[in-house]
Amino acid sequence: MKPGHGEIVLAEGDVEVPEQERELIEAFRRELDSGMWAAVPTSTSGGRREAELVKRFEDVPRDAERVIFFPRAAGGALPQEH
Amino acid sequence: MALPLGATAIVLAALMGVLAVERIREAILRRGGLIMRRDPAPGAYDPGRERRAENKARELLRSCVNDEEWEMYRDLGFIRVWGGLSRRPGGERGARGSKREAVAQADYAYLIYPHRPVVAYLPQTGTLLNEYCVAFPDRDAPYGSTRLPASDDVLAKWMALHADERQLIFEANMHLPGRQVDPAMVRRDLRRLARWERERLRCPRHAAAAPRAV
Repeated sequence: MKPGHGEIVLAEGDVEVPEQERELIEAFRRELDSGMWAAVPTSTSGGRREAELVKRFEDVPRDAERVIFFPRAAGGALPQEH
Repeated sequence: MALPLGATAIVLAALMGVLAVERIREAILRRGGLIMRRDPAPGAYDPGRERRAENKARELLRSCVNDEEWEMYRDLGFIRVWGGLSRRPGGERGARGSKREAVAQADYAYLIYPHRPVVAYLPQTGTLLNEYCVAFPDRDAPYGSTRLPASDDVLAKWMALHADERQLIFEANMHLPGRQVDPAMVRRDLRRLARWERERLRCPRHAAAAPRAV
């Protein structure tokens, strides 16, 4: 997620293909190093949609279809009030 | 006679001079416009950019949240998320079943608004608890804007609340109700939400999906 852009595809690949997995890992680390949070959309056994924050590529479920990066949360307020 | 004619000539000359300057300026602007179109500067203002970004963000939000939550956001402009920190051990998140089950399991809930604090409240009584002021600023954002599109902001809050509610609440600035969000507006939204849910349950498609109330 980027201001002024919305969703941008950073990398795409198959984790079962070593070369593509390396590219995915590099992209993952680059985003986390730049201070982003990574979330994986998941579903419960009942079909409810949830999300999981991941801090390491190994924590991404192998069958995950996507990882969403977004700026990390910070306490916010209206500028004129603080 | 010669004096009025001379004065008229001076006025006409001045007007023509003004017109000539305007034409020259227009020509320069047109030329400048052509140059810009040929080679747009990297930071050129694009009035449709934010709208396109928001459209993409809405699609992403829709693909991540539950159908009920998406319809709630589409129709009401906010999403309710049941509080998870007081969840009963071993139980799945309350929103899975009927509203009655969800209310019984969750002691509190949140309303997620775009670019506004997350509001915590008691579903049983509608009492407002706190405002959690949280933002997702992108320090590298162009044009000095650090704000995500509205639907991305909602999705970021939704994911963070689902994935790590405690962390999000820890990062947020907590205020009493009324600091940034008008309590009257929130109460009105809660009434709209209740009405929306009643009407939704009347729809055969949604009524069939919801468990029968005891």
